[in-house]
Order: sequence, then C-alpha cells, then structure tokens
Amino acid sequence: MSIKQKTLDLKKRMQSAIQGGGAKAIEKQVAMGKMTARERIVSLLDPNSFHEYDLFVEHSAKDFDMDKKHLPGDGVITGTGTISGFPVCIYAQDFTVAGGSLGLMHARKIGKIMDHAMKLKIPIIGINDSGGARIQEGVNSLAGYGEIFYRNTQASGVIPQISVILGPCAGGAVYSPALTDFVFVVDKISKMFITGPEVIRSVLGEEITMEELGGARVHSEITGNAHFFSESEEECFQKIKKLVSYIPWSNKKKAASFPKKAPKSKQYRIDNIIPTDPREPYDVRDIIKSISDDSEFFEVQELYAANMVIGFGRLNGQTVGFVANQPLILAGVLDVDSSDKAARFIRFCDAFNIPLVTLVDLPGYLPGIDQEHSGVIRHGAKILYSYSEATVPKVTVILRKAYGGGYIAMCSRHLKADFVFAWPTAEIAVMGPEGAANIIFRHEIMNASNPEETRQRKVDEYKQKFANPYVAAAHGYIDAVIEPGETRKFLLHALEIAEEKDEKGPEKKHGIPPF
Amino acid sequence: MKKRKSQKKDTLSLVVDDVVYTTYPNKKYQQRKPYAPLNPKIITSFMPGNIQKVFVKKGQKVKEGSELCVLEAMKMKNVILSPADGTIKRVNIQEGDIVSKNHPLVELQ
Repeated sequence: MSIKQKTLDLKKRMQSAIQGGGAKAIEKQVAMGKMTARERIVSLLDPNSFHEYDLFVEHSAKDFDMDKKHLPGDGVITGTGTISGFPVCIYAQDFTVAGGSLGLMHARKIGKIMDHAMKLKIPIIGINDSGGARIQEGVNSLAGYGEIFYRNTQASGVIPQISVILGPCAGGAVYSPALTDFVFVVDKISKMFITGPEVIRSVLGEEITMEELGGARVHSEITGNAHFFSESEEECFQKIKKLVSYIPWSNKKKAASFPKKAPKSKQYRIDNIIPTDPREPYDVRDIIKSISDDSEFFEVQELYAANMVIGFGRLNGQTVGFVANQPLILAGVLDVDSSDKAARFIRFCDAFNIPLVTLVDLPGYLPGIDQEHSGVIRHGAKILYSYSEATVPKVTVILRKAYGGGYIAMCSRHLKADFVFAWPTAEIAVMGPEGAANIIFRHEIMNASNPEETRQRKVDEYKQKFANPYVAAAHGYIDAVIEPGETRKFLLHALEIAEEKDEKGPEKKHGIPPF
Repeated sequence: MKKRKSQKKDTLSLVVDDVVYTTYPNKKYQQRKPYAPLNPKIITSFMPGNIQKVFVKKGQKVKEGSELCVLEAMKMKNVILSPADGTIKRVNIQEGDIVSKNHPLVELQ
C-alpha cells in the first residue's frame, strides 16, 4: 500500500471509531436530553484544541460472548486540550457504547490520562455518564474502579480534579467524583447514588424516583456531594470554564492573575449593607461583592449549608478564597454541614496556594439535639483543623458578631491568621450579651425586686462594656479596627505584604483531621 | 443589592445564647426530625430487611436473649433477641413482611 492508501485506511478506521455506539444509540442519547461524549468535550474545550488518544483501544474480554462484541474506544474518550488557553487532561464516558460501562480497558484509558495529568501537572476533568461496572468483565471491572480511586487520591492536592456528572453515576462509580475537588451536576441529567431506586424497591418496598433519590438538586441542597448546580449542560460548561480561570494548574503554581478592577461601588455600598442591630439579617455576599474586583464572586456550593458562604473572587487581579458566615440563613451559625463545607474549601485553597479571606458575623454553633447527635463536635472540629493547618496568607475581617467558639473557629488570631481586622460594629465576646448577662448576673437578677428590669440593665451594661472590638484590640487579638470603607484597601495591602509568606508546619507524614 | 424585605413572612427566629436572631431557614433545617427518646420496651429493626420467621406470640413470656424473630437484611439472617425478661405485649410483624429501618417489631410489657 502507498502512504496515501495507508492514510485513507487510517481515516476510515478513525471514522468508524468516532461513531461510538452508532446512529441509533446516539439518537437515544439525544432523546434523553443529553449531548454525546464527543460534543461535550468539544463544547467545553477551546475550538480545535482537543487531541484524542487511545481511540483504537479495545477490550479483550472473552466471557459471555464479549469476544464477539466490538466496543469503539471501550466506551470512553480521553485526551488533552485547553480551556481559555489553560491546558487540561480530559476524559468523557460514552454512554452510547455499552452504556458507558466500565471495563478493564475503559479504566486503563482513564488511568493513563490521569497519569498524564499528574506528570504534566495540569488539571484533570472527568465527564461521567455510565451505567456502572461492566458486569461481563467481572472482577476486572472492580479492579478498574479501584485503580481510578487510587489515582484520585494520589492526585488530591497536587492537581485540581474536576468531576462532571452528565448522566447516571451509580454504585462504586460515585466514589471517583467523591474523591475529587469539584463536582458539577445538571438538573434532570445527573443521577448519583450507591443503590438505585430498584434495589430500594425490592429490598425495602419503598418507592422513590431517581431524581428524588440522587438527582442534581438533592446533591446540591441536601447531601453536599455536588458543588455546582446548572440547569443545562451548556451552563455547566460555562461554569467549569470560569472555575478553571480561578484555580492554578497545580500545587506548584499560583492561579493566573487578571487585570485588576475596582468593585462596583455604586451597586454595592459597603457602608449600607449591614444593619447595626446584630440580630438583623443581611446578605453577606453583598459585602464580598463590595470588596472583590469588579464585584465578582464565584460561589461554591451555593445551595448547600447556605449559612456559610464559600467561593472565589479576585483582589488586585489575584484569586482569593472567601469564607463568610451568612446571617441571612440560620443567622450564619456554624453547624455540622457548614463546618464540613468550609473546612474542605479551606483545604483546597491551602493546597493550591490561594489566600483565604474570612468574613466573620456569627452567633456561634447551632444549638440542638439533632446537631449534637449528628456529631457537631467532630464536624465542627474540621474547621478549626483546616484553618490551623493552612499556611497560605490568611486575612480575617470581623464585621459584626464574633461570639464564643464561633469567634475562635473563624480564622482568629489564635489559629494563626496573619491579619485580623475588625469593623467598629464588631462585637467580640465570649457570648451574646443576653446570654452572658443571664449567667454572670444570675443571682442579682433572681434576687432583684424587679428581675426583668435588672436583667435588661445588666444586658445593657454588658453590651456597653464588651460588645465592641476594643476589648479584643486591647489584648492585641485584633490588628486594627478599620472603617468599613477601608476594607478593600487593608485587604489589598495585607495580601501584598503576605505574598511571599513561607510558613511550614512541623514535619510529619500527614495529620489526622477529624474526618 | 437585593431587598429581602418581601420575604419577611418566611423568617425564622433562631435563639442562640438567649439572643433571638431574625433569619431564614434552609431546606435541611426545615426537614429535620424532632428527637424521640428510645423506648427500651420496643424492639426495632436495626436495618431494613424482611421478616423470615417470627418465634413469639402476644402474651408469651420471654427471657433476656430469647429469640424473637429473624430479620433477613443484606443477605444475612439476623436473629433478633429479647433485650430483657418480660411478656410480649404486641407483635407488629408477620413472616414475609418487609420492614424499614427502626420499624417497631415486638413490644414488651
């Protein structure tokens, strides 16, 4: 054969492999409201940047007539490309090929592209759309999952790992996304669970739909397994592109810097956001937007444990991770879910050299039997652990309430914040004035001729004396009491000063966080 | 800035350390279940499964460790034992029943 003929032969082979499961299967995929695996990769990556590898990989299974089955690419597409110029490794399971089921070679392809990502120190993006293990391949299919989980764990904290759930992701398959840093889900398309509705029906006789059991909303609002919720695949890809712009390629790099932009100070007037009465709510995201470049804030886990707000923004063009109590929801308390949510985000930022800006306004930990019995001690400890462990620049601004355990937990000086600023509205105290007065002056109030009047007087006295930032400032726990309007200026300076911060914890194999 | 005043009717008054905060609940907070203390006289299923055998009847005297029923769950046959001496007040299950977690199986007097 001439080179021309050989090239023609190659083209023919490629054409055939690229068809995936064929026209009928593609029709089915489209009918389910889903894009094909290849379309997904193309819409996520920069035009013409996708380069595919292992297109001709085939399975070698023999049992159950598998030797007669030809599965193009073994049901997964792998390759490299760029997103807004940033290099990424990517794989997408192809549901049109044997339901995207995971066999040995399918898993090897994924493992290989993950190894590439680790070697090249660039992010890995996995698009999941799979019926689960390829049962015909038996224990080899299990081996495949295990090898992916091992790689996910090794890559954790080295390169950013992004999972996109665009179809079913059930049984053992859910644990790869669970081990990665960010999970994207799309309404009515994503489905994640360990045991599906059918097993639940046959074992328990309980009826539940896939959507109610493990749909995108459930994982975004209730379980916290998902970090970004979208209405459509297109919206989801836009969000992935945005996330990639905020994070570095690996733990050896810093996130790319962007041209600096002032906040939209007309729209977000920092002086007018917080009510001075510490019992009144407001949206803390407005404070973030009054500080961040161009008033942009890219929120993570917006719908889950909304009493804590986490997400990315930029200050002077540099990515920072914002962690803020949200007085609008549950008064911004720390609880099982919000501690867990913040702790994980803090560790991500610390692992990837993203400075942390913490905004504090909380009454403390949420009281209640369900909280105690759900382990608020153990989960609440996670936030202490991750703040204490973090060595990236840590700057804290106390906006209003900082009471008790909540004050300590929210990146206080005592957990080695680099800078702690407080607004004049800050109340840094062992607990809220009412509670403190009721304890300290208990006997006086009880024995008074008019207990209610005495109580109120004592509360006022306590407020006067302790509900301010100056007691903490007198001890040096606050570096400066600042006007709200100066917040951005102080933050920019603090981050500039701390830019080359090089702090190392004691040498150890690894800590033992309260998982 | 979004004005949240229109949502006033859904507000939650949350008490932390005797201070009443005006705020809003989230979905999980609304869905939380009230605490019910454990009643040691009611033997419940520790996991979902189906009842393979029932060994006791109403009015029957049992000793601590007596076999009450077999709960098949996750491919295991679990023999449920009486936690104390007593008389059976009620049997809430029949052979072949599918029970959910924490379903009351047998009640002691």
